[in-house]
Parts: sequence; C-alpha cells; structure tokens
Amino acid sequence: MIGNLDYATLQQIWWLLASVVGSLFVFLLFVQGGQSMLFTLAHTDEEKALMINSLGRKWEMTFTTLVLFGGALFAAFPKFYATSFGGAYWVWMSILFTFIIQAVAYEYRKKPDNFLGAWVYEFFLFVNGTVGVLLIGAAVGTFFTGSAFALNEYNQVTWQTASRGLEAATNLFNLAFGLFLVFLARTLGGMYLLNNIVHEALNARSRRSVLINFLWTLPFLFFVLISLVTMEGFAVNPETLEVMMEKGKYLNNLLAMPLLLVFLLCGLGLVIYGVFVTSYKGSHKGIWFAGLGTVLTALAIFLTAGYNNTAFYPSYADLQSSLTIYNASSSKYTLTAMTYVALGIPFVLAYVAYIWKLMDNKKLTPEELTTGENAHEMY
Amino acid sequence: MIEQVDLSQVNWARAQFALTAMYHWIFVPLTLGLSFLVAFFESIYVKTGNEDWKRITKFWMTLFGINFAIGVATGIIMEFEFGTNWSNYSWMVGDIFGAPLAIEGIFAFFLEATFFALMFFGWDRVSKRFHLFSTWMVAIGSNLSALWILVANGWMQFPVGMAFNPDTARFEMQNFWEVLFSPVAISKFTHTTSSAFLLASLFVVGVSCWYLMKGRHQLMAKRSIAVAAVFGFLAASYCGLTGDEAAYTVSQKQPMKLAAMEGLYKGEVNAGAVVMGIINSAKQPGDEQKDFIFAVKVPVALSLLANRKLDSFVPGIDDLVFGNDEQGITSVATRMERGRLAIEYLAAFKEAKDNNYEPAAQEALRQFDIYKDDMGYGHLNRPSDAAPPVATTFYAFHIMVVLGTLFPLVFLAALYFLYKGDLEKQRLFQLVGLLCIPLGYVAQQSGWVVAEVGRQPWAIQGLLPVHVANTNLTTGTVQTTFFIFLGLFTMLLIAEIKIMVKQIQIGPEEK
Ligand code: HDD
Ligand code: HEM
Ligand code: HEM
Repeated sequence: MIGNLDYATLQQIWWLLASVVGSLFVFLLFVQGGQSMLFTLAHTDEEKALMINSLGRKWEMTFTTLVLFGGALFAAFPKFYATSFGGAYWVWMSILFTFIIQAVAYEYRKKPDNFLGAWVYEFFLFVNGTVGVLLIGAAVGTFFTGSAFALNEYNQVTWQTASRGLEAATNLFNLAFGLFLVFLARTLGGMYLLNNIVHEALNARSRRSVLINFLWTLPFLFFVLISLVTMEGFAVNPETLEVMMEKGKYLNNLLAMPLLLVFLLCGLGLVIYGVFVTSYKGSHKGIWFAGLGTVLTALAIFLTAGYNNTAFYPSYADLQSSLTIYNASSSKYTLTAMTYVALGIPFVLAYVAYIWKLMDNKKLTPEELTTGENAHEMY
Repeated sequence: MIEQVDLSQVNWARAQFALTAMYHWIFVPLTLGLSFLVAFFESIYVKTGNEDWKRITKFWMTLFGINFAIGVATGIIMEFEFGTNWSNYSWMVGDIFGAPLAIEGIFAFFLEATFFALMFFGWDRVSKRFHLFSTWMVAIGSNLSALWILVANGWMQFPVGMAFNPDTARFEMQNFWEVLFSPVAISKFTHTTSSAFLLASLFVVGVSCWYLMKGRHQLMAKRSIAVAAVFGFLAASYCGLTGDEAAYTVSQKQPMKLAAMEGLYKGEVNAGAVVMGIINSAKQPGDEQKDFIFAVKVPVALSLLANRKLDSFVPGIDDLVFGNDEQGITSVATRMERGRLAIEYLAAFKEAKDNNYEPAAQEALRQFDIYKDDMGYGHLNRPSDAAPPVATTFYAFHIMVVLGTLFPLVFLAALYFLYKGDLEKQRLFQLVGLLCIPLGYVAQQSGWVVAEVGRQPWAIQGLLPVHVANTNLTTGTVQTTFFIFLGLFTMLLIAEIKIMVKQIQIGPEEK
C-alpha cells in the first residue's frame, strides 16, 4: 500500500511526521522548563536534588527527540537540513552548545572530583533551560518570518547576514515566540515536578509557579497569535510554483484547514484547563492535559507552516529560494522506504510510554535519594 | 556553477569535524563494549542470586554512566554538523545519507535512552528479570546505533544503491538494501563493534589489575577479569579477522587508500607488506625518490591480503595517479578532463532546460551520461590531489595492526594466570594490563584516522571532494567554533577523567 502512494502524499506524510516529532519535543521541553527554575523553586539542597533527579530521569527523552527531529528532517527534507543548519550556522551552533553542556550536567553534578563544581553544572542546566529554549523558539519563528538566504541553481546556500541566523532573535515575532516557549516550558515543568515528586513545600511552590508562569506566557501568546493571523505570509502558486507574499496567509490556512483551527483552539483550551486544575483544584494531573494541549497547539503551528501551498522555510532575501515541502524533500524512493520504517514508530512510542509508566508509578521521595536501592546512583 | 569554497575554510571545517568525531570516538567504544560486559555481569547475578555479582554489576554500571553522558554530549554535535559544515554534501547526498541517521534515531537512540533510566533507577521498580532485560536493551540499542551510523559511513567510502539525477543535480537512492548490505558497511560494523568490545575488555581488565596492584577488592577484580578476558579474547580474535576483511574491502573498493596504508608508490605483482618502516616524507607521487628510509617487508603478503591471491598485482599511488595501461588503470588527469566535460554538459543541460529548449537539453544529457562517472574528478585541481596524506595513513594503520596483534596475547595471559591461580602475584602482568588501557584508545583512534584520512580528498569516494561538500562560511566563523569545541570538549574530558578516576579509587560498594 505504501508503495502506491504518490509523491505529494508522501511529502505531506513526512511533513506530518516531522511535525509530530517536533510537537512531542515542544511538550518534552518541560525538562528545560524545570531546569530553568532550579535556582528559584528549590530552597534547600534536598529540594534541588529532588528536582534534578526527577528531571534527570526524563532529560534523555527530550534530547533524543531533538536528535530524531534532526535526523527525520535530514532524511525527508534534506534541502531544509542543508539550508537551515548550514545557513543559520550561529543559531544552531548556539542551541547545540546548550545541549552539549546539558548532557553531562546531570551525571557529573554530584560526583566527587567533578572539576567544575556542582554550581557550574547547575548553571549549565539553567542556560539550557532558558537560552536554549529561547533560541529554539526564535528559530521556529523563522518558519513564518523568513530568513535571509539565497540558493544558487545547484542549491548551494549563501546567507546574507554576517550573524548567520542570530538575527532571528531580533525580530519581534520570533522573540515573542521564543519567550512564549520559555514560559510555556516553565509552566509544564512546574506541573511535571508536581506530578513526579512527593515533597510538601516543593509541591506547593511548583503549584504556584504554574500559574505565575502561565500568566507570563499570555502577553507573548497574544502577540504571536495576533501577528500570526494578521501578518503577510509566504504563499506558493500551485501552478507556477512561484512564491509570493499573501495578506493574512496563515489565517487563510487555518480557515482552509479547519481541523488545524480545532487543534489550535482545543490545544490552548487544554493547556488552560491543565493550569486551572493545578492551581484551583489541587490536582496533580495538570501535566497530562497541558501536555496534550501543547502537542496539539504545536502541531497546528507546524502544519500551518507547511501545508496549503505555503513555504515552510521562506527566504525574505530571495523569495524564489524559499523551501516548500515539495521542493525540499527527498526522492520518492527514499520517502517510500522511510515510510515503511516509520511503521515502527508506534511500537517505539508504546514501549517508551510503558517504561515511563513503570518508572513513574512510584513517585520520587526524599527517602529514595538517601536510603533507597538506587541511592548510590542518584544525581 | 557548482561553487568551491575557500580552502583554508575547508581545512578548518575538516579539522573541526575530525576534532568532534575523535572526541566522540573516545567514549563510544567503551559504551559499546561495557554495556555488554555489564549485561554479562548482571546475567550472572540473576542466574546465581549472588549479591557479590550485583555489586560488581553496579560498580561497572556507574563507570558506564559517567562515560555514557559525555558520549551523548559529543554525539549530538555530530548529528547536526553535516548540515552546519557540510551543507552541500547534505543536499547532494541527503537523499541516501539521511535515511540511516533517521533510522538510528528512531530505533537505536530511543532504545538506549528509554531503558537507560530503568537500568539506573529501576532496581526497586521492576523485577530482577525485567531489570536484566533493560540492561540488555541498552547494550543492544547502543550497538544498533553503531550499525546505522556505520552503514552511513560505509556508504561514504563506497557509494552504492544510488544514481545521479540531473534534474535535481543530486544523488538519489535507488536501492535501500544495497546501501544496508554493502560489503563495506558490513565489514565496518563487524570490525568496529569487535574493536569496541576489545577496548571495553581492556578497560575492565586494566582497572581490575590496578585493584590487584593495590591489594583491594581482589575477589571482584578477579571475577571481572575472568569475564572480560574471555570476552576480550573472543573479540580480539574476531577483530583481527574482520580487520583483515576490512583491508580486503579497502583494496577492492578504495585502492588508493590501501596504497597509502602501505606506503606503496609503485605497484607490484607479488607485492610485499611492510611490517615496520619509516616513510620518506619528502617523497611526492611521480618523483624518483625512495619511498621508505627504512622498511622491513614480508614478501608477497600484501598481494595475499589485498586480493587473496599470491601473484596478483597491487596498484601503487603512482599507478593510480598517473595511470597504468598494462593494468587498465586510467590516469587521474584523464578522469579530471572527463569530469570537467561532465560538469559542463550538466550546466548546458540546466541552461537548455531553463530556456525550455528540449532538443539541446537531451543532447547535453546524452553527452553528460558519457562522462558522468568521472564528474567528481572534475572538481580536483591537480592529479596528485587524488592521493591522501600517505604518512599519517601509513603510521596509523601500522600502529593499529601492531596493537591488534598484541591484545589477544594479553587476554590469553590473563586467562592463563587465572587458571594457575596466581594472578594477584603477577606484578608485571598487572602493569601491562593497566598500560593496555591507553593503548586500546590509541588503536581505536588510529583506526578512524586510517579510514577517514585515507579517504581524502573525497567526502564521498570518487564523487564529491571535500571542498565541494563544504558550507560557504568564513574561515573566522569556523575557526571560532573549532576553538569553542576544543575548549569545551577538553574541559568536559578533564571532568570525565577526574570523575572516573575518583570513582575507581572509591571502588565498589562495601558489603
Ligand atoms: C581497538 C581497536 C582496533 C584494533 C586492535 C584493530 N582495529 Fe582496525 N579499526 C578500528 C579499530 C581497531 C576502528 C576504530 O574500529 C576502525 C575505524 C573505522 C572502522 O571501520 O573501524 C578500524 C579500521 C580498520 C581499517 C580501515 C577500514 C576502512 O577504511 O574501511 C582496516 C584495514 C583495519 N582496521 C584493519 C585492522 C587490522 C588488520 C587489525 C589487526 C589485527 C586491526 N584493524 C586492529
Ligand atoms: C567516530 C570516529 C571518527 C573519527 C575519529 C573520524 C575522523 C575523521 C578525520 C580525522 C577526518 C578528517 C580527515 C582529513 O581531512 O584529514 C574526518 C572527516 C570526515 N568524516 Fe570522519 N571520523 C569518524 C567517524 C565518522 C563517521 C561515522 C562519519 C559518517 C557517518 C564520518 C564522516 C566524515 C565527514 C563527512 C568528514 C568530513 C569530510 C572529509 O574530510 O572527508 N566520520 N573524520
Ligand atoms: C558522524 C557520525 C556520528 C553521528 C552523527 C553520531 C550521532 C550521535 C548522537 C546524536 C548521539 C546522542 C544520542 C542520544 O540522544 O542519546 C550519539 C551517541 C552515541 N553514538 Fe554517535 N554519532 C556518530 C558516530 C558514531 C559512531 C561511529 C558510533 C559507533 C560505531 C556511534 C555510536 C554511538 C553510541 C553507542 C552512542 C551512545 C552514547 C555514548 O556512546 O555514550 N556514534 N551519537
């Protein structure tokens, strides 16, 4: 059956798959959100240890999802991979640096003779949780605001600014998007910690942080949403494949694909509901509502960028160099082969969920840090 | 035109890739092998129910975790560096090369990452058997990641299963199975994983020897050695066999690399293999200088190794660069000319297409097809550019092989002394065991230097030279990231070594 799919369908499937991975990644940024609150939520060393050990059992998930996002884009949309990573060199390098320092921080923070001292590793986690998330948001923002590149007839990229992508963070929309993501991650982080740890004082503070951080997301969220539905977008003429600016393009996309509008509204609704039950109903389960809501919202945003004759990685410097899911994709053969491979994804998701549940059935307590069977392994 | 970028920038990008890859490779082989050793230890624990084995398991698992973290940290940059620094490469071959990378992410990294948490923090959350299962999953996951990335690397050494598409001006996949089961990919996978098992066994034997020297944790040390020496001996033997297979595939698919590995300039029938030698560094392809200042050769061994046939011809660098009519080898100069024609006809084809002039496009395409196999050569500037740095390749290869012959003996000795029952008295052996840890790492790094330096100037053998594969960046930009990586990774490496040494000093939990 997969063998019979036509090229355009395969390209759409792969944009969907990449968007799903991207959206799961946005949800899993709760790890980064939690890291960014390390210095404010925890008042004692024990509380800090609880936070780090709780996040430390999940950080690899977020990290690996990022890696997979990169790999999936490479395989399915190599022109995007080549243009964006090679072009916006400094943004991606900066993001990667914050993930490199994160990867060692959990394991090394408490180990004796760790050369840099615990504080530096905590600072690494903080940088990853703030700067890293902000830059990722700004980079995703360029899906709508465009970048400054041109491709020659052999698709070799030249970037028009010396800051190689860092200029993205100076655009108001991108910046707002980044800050929105930072506070969303913190909101989710608070809910996750609340769900995962048993410790009265820390739980109370996590609960409070959820509402505060959510309120912080609002101005940025409104700015992003209003800009998104009013701004000019990068439209593609399906006949001539010419790229041109269209007024209200993204609003038109949402109206043309009502399912996405539903995703967006339900998604935001679920996030609000998650915050509400956490803050006013004493629930520990807010993370699941807000998490699902985040995935739906992110999915709506990614899909709006790519579907309905839209350039998902546009260039404002040279409109006709803009990338669409049709001109940036792999060959039909590769997409077909990769679609067979993708049949394995539900299986992966299933065992990830199963192990996650096994681990979280027993909540993290202060006792486990010092006396449990795993005490020796604690971060 | 297909643009070439500034050479100094290309060289910095190469240096950066080499730096990050070599750092990644410090940690990866230990992960690949130690994950299995930990699984062996834990299996024995589950089978016997003996708590001593559990402490042994936990001790090596702690060291595994320390190494693993930095392996992950250095890995993420590799994943994205193809895009950041080799963007034209990523576009030209992403259709083929991206697939194994994505598959690695889906099937290998998630297996590792998911079961890793359970392996470390799940002792009290699941049954003994399920915990053991997780440990095995981590081992299998990490070795699966080796499989996919080596398929990708194997493809760069010997591109198969694809065709050039003139419309998109890139290479596109035609046959996934050919890519997966390419002989080079298979020999890379078997050789690399066995060498990794070997390294991890050396590590366990070496650290245990240190305990014996100090007279601490003797029982644990001997038990660890018993398991690691058996595993290590098997791995080392297999590593030698697969290394021979690797050399054979190199000689068949990348004869220029083989010539550099052996420092062979003038091809010979009944060629001898150099056991030991000092390369004449002034020697250039085509000149009449001596190739070696001093060399010990085994007669006809190279013909045997390269072609599995005693009286076969092994081409040297001069034959490959300047051609050899007798042996039917085309010179690089000729291939460069043909390559330039291919590039011109491709441009003509594109231009005709843009002007919607179909007959001219078809004619250009017909001409292009005649020359396209040499297109990569069209980007070279001089024929001698086709030869890799000989001395580096030669020395790295010989260091690896000498060490590869030594290591099985070390494991045999360990088994012998264990059998005799006086391992704790064998001071000299304990010292050798300890010294073998750094030597194992030297062999590992040398192996990759052979594979990668020997492939120069090609990013994709015969198709895409590095200066065309590169991203158009400024030298200063790449220099900056190079030094950031150098500083950052070195700092993290120091931290890793200090933590590792400290944990070894602390030793396993007491009863
Ligand atoms: C402990 C490490 C170690 C040891 C003892 C050996 N190797 Fe090795 N070798 C590697 C670790 C390694 C490696 C790092 O894993 C490489 C790099 C790329 C690869 O595929 O494996 C490698 C590559 C490599 C290559 C290049 C393959 C290519 O470019 O495609 C050859 C020809 C050999 N090896 C041959 C040998 C021989 C004949 C050995 C002696 C018995 C030997 N190796 C021992
Ligand atoms: C992990 C161990 C590895 C080491 C130590 C290593 C080492 C090196 C070195 C020394 C170079 C520079 C060669 C030179 O110009 O002199 C290089 C280049 C390169 N290697 Fe590797 N490599 C490793 C793994 C890989 C793998 C697995 C891949 C592919 C999947 C790969 C792809 C490349 C690429 C794309 C370049 C740049 C282009 C080139 O110079 O050919 N390397 N590597
Ligand atoms: C250029 C080539 C390479 C790329 C792009 C790459 C990419 C990566 C990435 C992204 C990670 C982190 C994965 C995570 O999220 O957990 C990683 C870790 C790992 N890689 Fe590589 N890698 C390369 C070379 C290799 C090679 C040659 C091998 C083995 C033969 C290998 C084996 C592993 C293993 C076993 C890990 C687990 C972490 C650890 O070792 O500590 N990688 N790699």
